[in-house]
Amino acid sequence: MGKINDILSPFTAWKHVVNEPLSVKEPLKREGADRYRGFHKNEIDKCIGCGTCEEICQNAAIDMVPVEGKETKDGDSGLRPKIDYGRCCWCALCVDICTTGSLSMSNEFKWIDENPDNFRFVPGAENKPWDDKEKGWKKPDYHLYNPERVEMHELKPEERDKSFIEIIHGYSKEQALLEADRCVACGICTATCPAHMGIPEYIKAIRNDDLEEGLRILYDTNPLPEICGRICTHKCETVCSVGHLGDPISIRWLKRYIADQNPSDKYKEILGTENIEKNGKKVAIIGSGPAGLSAAHYLSLMGYSCTIFEKLPQAGGMMRYGIPEYRLPYESLDKDINYIQSLGTEFRYNTTVGKDITIEQLHEKFDAVFAGTGLHLGRSTRIPGTDHADVYQAVDLLRDIVLGNEVPVKEKIVVIGGGNVAMDITRSLARLQNQKYGKVQIITTSLESEDIMPADREEIVEGREEMAQIIPGWGPVSIKIEDGKIKGLNVVKCLSVFDEERRFNPKFDDNQTNFFEADMIVESIGQGMDLSYISDKTKENLKLDPRGRIIVDEYFRSSIDWLFVGGDIIQGPDVIHGIANGHKAAIGIDNFINNQNK
Amino acid sequence: MSKLFSIKEDRSLYPEKNVEGKIDVDLSSHKYLKMWHGPQHPGITGNMSLEITLLGDEVMDCETHVGYLHRGFEKLMERRKYIQCFPLVCRVAVPEPDFNEYCFAAAMEELAGIEVPETAQWLRTLVLEMGRLSSYLMWIGGQSGAFGQGIVGQWSNYMRDSILDRFEELTGGRIYHMYIIPGGVRGLLPDGFKDRMEENLKFIESMMKDIDRVMFNNAVFKKRSVGMGIIEKEWVTKFGITGPNARSTGIPMDVRKDYPYLMYPKLDFEPVTAQYSDIYNRADVRRRDLLMSVDLIRQIMAKMPEKGEIRAETPNVLHWKVPAGQTYKRAECTRGEYGYFMVSDGSEYPRRINVRGPSYTHAVALLEKMIINCNLSDIAGLMVSLHTYPPEIER
Ligand code: SF4
Ligand code: SF4
Ligand code: SF4
Repeated sequence: MGKINDILSPFTAWKHVVNEPLSVKEPLKREGADRYRGFHKNEIDKCIGCGTCEEICQNAAIDMVPVEGKETKDGDSGLRPKIDYGRCCWCALCVDICTTGSLSMSNEFKWIDENPDNFRFVPGAENKPWDDKEKGWKKPDYHLYNPERVEMHELKPEERDKSFIEIIHGYSKEQALLEADRCVACGICTATCPAHMGIPEYIKAIRNDDLEEGLRILYDTNPLPEICGRICTHKCETVCSVGHLGDPISIRWLKRYIADQNPSDKYKEILGTENIEKNGKKVAIIGSGPAGLSAAHYLSLMGYSCTIFEKLPQAGGMMRYGIPEYRLPYESLDKDINYIQSLGTEFRYNTTVGKDITIEQLHEKFDAVFAGTGLHLGRSTRIPGTDHADVYQAVDLLRDIVLGNEVPVKEKIVVIGGGNVAMDITRSLARLQNQKYGKVQIITTSLESEDIMPADREEIVEGREEMAQIIPGWGPVSIKIEDGKIKGLNVVKCLSVFDEERRFNPKFDDNQTNFFEADMIVESIGQGMDLSYISDKTKENLKLDPRGRIIVDEYFRSSIDWLFVGGDIIQGPDVIHGIANGHKAAIGIDNFINNQNK
Repeated sequence: MSKLFSIKEDRSLYPEKNVEGKIDVDLSSHKYLKMWHGPQHPGITGNMSLEITLLGDEVMDCETHVGYLHRGFEKLMERRKYIQCFPLVCRVAVPEPDFNEYCFAAAMEELAGIEVPETAQWLRTLVLEMGRLSSYLMWIGGQSGAFGQGIVGQWSNYMRDSILDRFEELTGGRIYHMYIIPGGVRGLLPDGFKDRMEENLKFIESMMKDIDRVMFNNAVFKKRSVGMGIIEKEWVTKFGITGPNARSTGIPMDVRKDYPYLMYPKLDFEPVTAQYSDIYNRADVRRRDLLMSVDLIRQIMAKMPEKGEIRAETPNVLHWKVPAGQTYKRAECTRGEYGYFMVSDGSEYPRRINVRGPSYTHAVALLEKMIINCNLSDIAGLMVSLHTYPPEIER
């Protein structure tokens, strides 16, 4: 029976004769699934050219190439991914890891072309029929790297509002490893950093737990890592590609971690600077701020003997006399400075060039002169009442605090200004008020509205935590004085600060006024330079631009061949710019001296 | 009649074997014919070839040749970061890529101490069963086709396509799914997935009834497969035979039961076995295993959570250093035990990855033994009955 059945049963297949044939009709017309990993799309304006897609692609299918209309600028390499469909395996890892979320894939999968070269293309830059297709693989919700920053432990407001001890604790090893792990090593930060520090490289050194290597990388471009690791304006973090869809890498804290973990007595050994051969040449440096120190460091490495002339009793310039101790403790400052000193730099404190020694004398005694004298003169708003004795300049007060001079602290203070110096004086005075009166009554007001205030965001937040009132968006009009005593500050609403050409040109609404009560006013609206140390005779040969700034070449050499100038007086107040200038100037000075001796 | 066409009756014509168990072939005697079966033979499973010595139309000797598909994956992986190996591994076994993805990810996760979220584990289990289903659907077409029944292959291809549609909507790819990513999976079920899958499963079940009638209850198929290509029970341990090839000898070995992984402990199933292993029974074990997959997919879809985390937090994949150590992770694929042996030296690159594809055992040593005395026209059917995929031999 079974056998007969086995002969007949296959004929049941005939019943399919009346059925639809089992085949996929017109397969080329079917649409790819919603998640299909088809041809790439790229939102070219959102893409920052970080190259992380290129990095992850195991097929080397991606090349970063320049495209028309995209310039290299801060935070954007100007390059865009070009994909080779002769290599791509459609894994979509490039999409999953894209730091900005600009890259995706459409659900299109048919592309017929007679020229094989066309299958290498820059998605988004070349119009493709699938560019506006909605469906296809998108960046998923899971993360291939952690977008969230490792929290930094800080003193709570109540633990810090009366003292000047350091607020930020620094990362532990465990925290630093986790934070360093988040970096995608794209180098976007390096391009933006004024000193072009090898950021991904030293972050890698942290990951490898090779902090000595990390220190060497830091010192390649920055001889003040303890300082920068605390107070750098971290332009790098502003552009960090991980910051586009998450928190930027804590580049600054990681730098600090490396510097903190390496003991100062091992620096010379680690950095290989135990036996630097002197070349017998001498360079004078005026001012011991970041630019001067940086120049001294790199010149010392080249064998020069440097002498720094400093007006104040200690080195560091604005870093010591402008930045409060709770942000930059003196021991950190000293660690960096002492190392530079240990390389053979001589410091002459309390020595004012132009008074104790003339610049011409420096020229005679030294082979070259570098001036990084900074911006120490506070600017005034010049509104009525600023000539009153209880109106102060922030920079003067900050300096007095460090020098140990008596600092006037009234019960009600108004600070005018919205930059980091304004925050520094606000928070310093708040501490002193707290010590003296047990409470804080300080108002800080700026022209800029909160979103464009130049101060770092965390300064504003922390200042408020310490009970300072920060009220942005008001322009000072006059100081109200009664019976010879300051009563407060009259202000009007500021509508905008810059005009269309980004020039400083504030607009006010005179109908909206306000009054901030005060018995003491502090101005912090910027600083000016004091070039009085340059004698008139020398000044005759010094070329200045229409705004009175010294003109320098790319190596910071002025129109006087032996005089190099850098730092805040050239590029405005910023530590890392000063460091970069000092480094560049050191190279310029070396070239100058070498050429002179030929 | 049959005597006329068979030489089996008169063993005296058979040449003597030498000490190595091989026959001395003197081609100039014109008694023998040496020929290559594959690598381009349509009946061969994938790209491998058999160098066979025939006496009449009966195989006297055979040497297998692999290497036509060697891509050097294991070596390549030593030069790739772990995440970059992820899109590579699926290619090791083309028709059933998911086991590579799973074993690779599981090995990494074990070394790195990563706990995969439950939803992801369910999805992994689902994908592995879908892979099994589509792999068996591919095999069944080959098995029937090798014995001349083209129609089954046409049906099964269509059924397989419907599963590939589901793969496409779940993973974004039809063949290379790249779905089981280290740490989890790459997506939740799309809306309406279960309904569409159920429709496919129903269709497959009904078509399988037709296949029963056309293939399994077919005098021709039975005539050519019953009693053919027997695997002796004792060979199982001797050769390291696993999967349906072993189960058909009566041994209920199944990695899903013996070394439970993913969500299999929560599923209700028993390994499919047979009394003795000839081509017919092996085919039948696979047919029942296929239907069990259908059932398992239903069980999984009923039990799995709808939503949930799909990927554990892992270190940044661009510089993921897997802690030093070594491990072997296995899973039951349609051919048997699939495994990844992974050694990490603690760097960003795997030190050594070795893939254990069951085809290596089945398609080389075992086949060479079984093929002796096989009729030339049955070679293709015999090979498919071992269900081997040459790409996993050549990693
Ligand atoms: S990862 Fe994204 S943002 Fe970066 S280059 Fe590639 S596409 Fe552009
Ligand atoms: S899809 Fe994969 S292979 Fe293709 S370019 Fe992206 S990362 Fe490379
Ligand atoms: S710190 Fe940010 S910008 Fe810099 S390399 Fe790392 S991810 Fe890129």
